[in-house]
Amino acid sequence: MSDEVRTIRAAQPRAQRPDRMRRVDVGGLELSVLEWGSEASQPILLAHGGFDFAGTWDVFAPLLASRGLRVIAWDQRGHGDSDVSALYTWEADIRDAAQVIKSLRLTEPIPVLGHSKGGGMLNQLAEVLPGHIKAVINLDGIPNERGFSNQVDRSDIHALDGELKGWLDHRRRSAHVARRADSIEGLAERRRTMNPRLSVDWLKYLVTVGARHDKDGWRWKIDPTLRFGPSGAWRPQWAIPRLKGLRLPYLGIIGTVKEEMGWGTTPEEAFPILPTGAEFHALAETGHFVHIERPDDVADIVGDFLQRAL
Amino acid sequence: MKTILLEHVRSRLALHELQDGDGQSLLILHGLGQSSPTSVPSIAQVWQGPIFALDFTGHGQSSVPAGGGYTCEALMSDADAALAKIGSITILGYGLGGYVGLLLFGSRPSEVNGLAIMDGPGLDGGGGQPTSPKLLHVPDDELNGTSPDPWALAELSSDIRPPDYAEEHVGQIQALGSQDKAVAVCSLGRPEWLRAISNSPIVFETQAEQALEIFSAI
Repeated sequence: MSDEVRTIRAAQPRAQRPDRMRRVDVGGLELSVLEWGSEASQPILLAHGGFDFAGTWDVFAPLLASRGLRVIAWDQRGHGDSDVSALYTWEADIRDAAQVIKSLRLTEPIPVLGHSKGGGMLNQLAEVLPGHIKAVINLDGIPNERGFSNQVDRSDIHALDGELKGWLDHRRRSAHVARRADSIEGLAERRRTMNPRLSVDWLKYLVTVGARHDKDGWRWKIDPTLRFGPSGAWRPQWAIPRLKGLRLPYLGIIGTVKEEMGWGTTPEEAFPILPTGAEFHALAETGHFVHIERPDDVADIVGDFLQRAL
Repeated sequence: MKTILLEHVRSRLALHELQDGDGQSLLILHGLGQSSPTSVPSIAQVWQGPIFALDFTGHGQSSVPAGGGYTCEALMSDADAALAKIGSITILGYGLGGYVGLLLFGSRPSEVNGLAIMDGPGLDGGGGQPTSPKLLHVPDDELNGTSPDPWALAELSSDIRPPDYAEEHVGQIQALGSQDKAVAVCSLGRPEWLRAISNSPIVFETQAEQALEIFSAI
């Protein structure tokens, strides 16, 4: 580890790299699985959001571990230290999550916690893997009928044309594309456009975990072929009745400040579509990354919920 | 038959040149689990220009990726790689290839001249509406790297094809394309997505040979 990296990490004293790391094979692809806390403790599985990676839990996961949990997280395919894939789908990510749970060789169902895309994935995982999921905690990944904050208006012919062509053009280029090399500060500044409420020091920390140091500079590890949109045939309203129909302890937490990376779901939209009996918190003056902006508060809410749910 | 290998995203795609010639090109897209024909199909004998056929990812001589993750949009991107290589095209799509051809036509309406949709495996997909979600499973001993990829068969026979999604793409063709008759329905099969677009003025029913004659005259 270089002095620069050591200095940046020292500026985040609450961040802890995982206690254990291993690889899980999912049909020829390897996923990177991280764990914090005692192996003898109650397991909980964490799913990160789109274009994030498991290292973004480096503050929040130790807080859960300090509350007596064995915290397991994985880098989704193409993200962090997991293998890149030729193909990516929501369904394949959910299969991967099931394989990570299977790799734990547990005999009892476990709680799961997901942020953003990860929250949406775990809503579906709870439905397709009954008997393995004990409770669901969703951090700002509650859907609404409008879709994602940055989703194009599909009734606008020229906007849709631009999105479809833009995605295909990106794929035409991506066989030989690499992410742009930069300094740690440069990568942190670029990420700040997607994470404007997070501190530069935290984003620099994330670079030291989620990027690799090549000869010409630092590059995010995330597969450069990945790109936002188009959402394909999927419709956000499909997810709503499925969520409402879940029958297990459910905790939803959202930030009330709208951000590009989030769903933009309001408290008024979120609460009515949660499963019956769900616990719900809308955090004022908090953006999409609730567990990074307010790690102690969110860990407290999660800890209290799990005491009742388990 | 000459085969061109295209490096596209993380796949190596086999694009077969079945016929040389002058004029506009015809691209044949095969059905689910199938591969490209090795010679010009009888219904395409009327076509005077070059004829190409593409093996989708996980099919024929194209590469078979690990871990699945197939979508019709990814296969549309495969066909778009062929479009980039060939230049403007007419598409003859069988089953799954017909649906993928419609997605590409709607995404590149000024570079596709026409589409003929034929019967074939994978025309329906998983239907027009979501059903109960499930975890698809392919036994490890079936994942030996040979085509067709079992993940492709599992995923592309269960993907949802909403009627309004097909209508969106036909709307793009109608608004941004230049053909009065653009999509020929030559199939007996009428899945929900195909029924939904049949009332569009740019969609018409005919025999495949007649459709290709119309498109070749453009």
